[in-house]
Amino acid sequence: MENNNRRGFMGKAFGAVAAVGAVGSLVAMKKTWDPLPSVKAAGFTTLDMSIYAEGVMVTEKWRGKPIFVLKKSERLMAQEKGNAAAEARNIKIGNDNFMVAIGLCTHLGCIPAFRKDEGNFLCACHGGMFDASGLVLKVPPPRGFDIPPFKIEGNKLVLGEVGPEWQAMKDNGVTL
Amino acid sequence: MAHFTKATSVKDWLNQRLAIEKVEKVMASEYWIPKNINFLWAMGMILVVTFVLLLVSGIFLLMYYVPTVDEAFDSVNYTIMREVDFGWLWRHVHGVAASVVFLIIYIHMFTGIYYGSYKKGREMIWISGMLLFVAFSAEAFSGYMLPWGQMSYWAGMVITNLFSGGSLHANFLVEWIRGDYVPAQAFLGRFFMLHVLLIPVAIMGLIGLHFAALRIPHVNNQDGGEIDFDVESKKYLDGDKAGSKVMRFANDFMSKDMMVVGIFLIFFFYLVFYNYGFAMDAVNFDPADGLKTPTHIYPEWYFLWSYEILRPFNIDLGLVLFGFAQVIFVFLPFIDRSPNSIPANRRGTAFKVWFWLMLSNMIVLTAMGKLPPEGMFSAIGLVSAILFIVQWLALPIITSMEKKV
Repeated sequence: MENNNRRGFMGKAFGAVAAVGAVGSLVAMKKTWDPLPSVKAAGFTTLDMSIYAEGVMVTEKWRGKPIFVLKKSERLMAQEKGNAAAEARNIKIGNDNFMVAIGLCTHLGCIPAFRKDEGNFLCACHGGMFDASGLVLKVPPPRGFDIPPFKIEGNKLVLGEVGPEWQAMKDNGVTL
Repeated sequence: MAHFTKATSVKDWLNQRLAIEKVEKVMASEYWIPKNINFLWAMGMILVVTFVLLLVSGIFLLMYYVPTVDEAFDSVNYTIMREVDFGWLWRHVHGVAASVVFLIIYIHMFTGIYYGSYKKGREMIWISGMLLFVAFSAEAFSGYMLPWGQMSYWAGMVITNLFSGGSLHANFLVEWIRGDYVPAQAFLGRFFMLHVLLIPVAIMGLIGLHFAALRIPHVNNQDGGEIDFDVESKKYLDGDKAGSKVMRFANDFMSKDMMVVGIFLIFFFYLVFYNYGFAMDAVNFDPADGLKTPTHIYPEWYFLWSYEILRPFNIDLGLVLFGFAQVIFVFLPFIDRSPNSIPANRRGTAFKVWFWLMLSNMIVLTAMGKLPPEGMFSAIGLVSAILFIVQWLALPIITSMEKKV
């Protein structure tokens, strides 16, 4: 009986040591899979917004993701007049209005193609559609394009840095 | 120390140390198989052979494959395909086997469902089998990343995005799985590890479990009849081979098994040499490009049915139903409330219709998953996906109303 008590104690003592070790190694394993510091540090892109032509969709790159940049034409601006959801997504630089968004379908991350004639985006993966402001026209995407964190510096746009305009969009639920 | 005597032969020497005769009896000559079976009972052996083909071809590919984003594509498409003598053979064997193994798995699965081989003590065979299906799916997916072509990249993007959980927006989880904002070096490195080490080890362990689960309930038979293996094997050993309902695993059953394997291998190598194209998606011969989505992204054919359940719905409902479809098969032994463990066609109209409808609906889902999600195809896909879910929800009801046969 006394021996069994000792064995029981040894078993519990080993269990305690093993549990500490298991938790420690799980932490190490989790951290080993985290994005590396070099990956995180490369997360900023600066765009010169004066070079874009009206109505031409240009794809830039930020954190390995495509960024759609569309300088809105007057026709587009007239079309979306009164549409508060669309207007809230415009980024104003000087007198120009831009749609700047992460060019990945919010469904599962395919890149929708811009259809110049229709002036909208169609995703080939699951048939989702977005308008020129990045709002959903056809499901499955659950929400419009996400807008990357940005900061306006003169006529430059820094992606990856949080500026007041982006913070306002986030607070108002315009983007995630 | 145990007592050892001077060995009279090599066999005796081994016998004293490893009990090889005993092992041979337990594993083969006195492992009993019902006589009342057909060629569908050979699918297990075909799967073992295909797994070995995958392992051997994989070993040779591994010697030249380079798991970096800059070199992976060329190491497969240039080094292995053009420079290495017979490199093309290993690649085509590996690619074709990865595709065909799922065909056989599905046949194996539906054979099990048809003959009720997941019931009456055979539940663990079914569950371990479904775990193997999950492990094979993970193995297939991780392997598909390695050539680092357009389909590799975009399949990786889409599948890892599933882990954001729709409206939960768990992007931190997605970035953790990738080790980056998008699939890149960290992603390729870890999926390479998973493909060549962790998942294969898990598969081998699960195969052991699957076989072990078979020992006590034994293999099912064509009528689902209960066989007293002790009585029948005694009859066989006492000389009444014709009267016994069972036969030896080896060499009796194995000889027929290997006959079917032989036919399978002829079909398999016909595909490898003359028709390997179906296993090599043309889009994946373009190197990965994070700024260009291919016009149609679809998984390999064996994932299409579940992909089609994801597709017609909004993201949250789609994910829930997709998750349902992934796990529901595992629970089949408990959802099927009927006491009958006999072939589906003899269990009454309701289950008979259920079985054939499930089989044909999964074929329809597979076909729709391959087609672009437009017009008519969208509609058929939606109806099929709903039918799939409804069928599973109805199964406990129709099986509990089933009459005991």
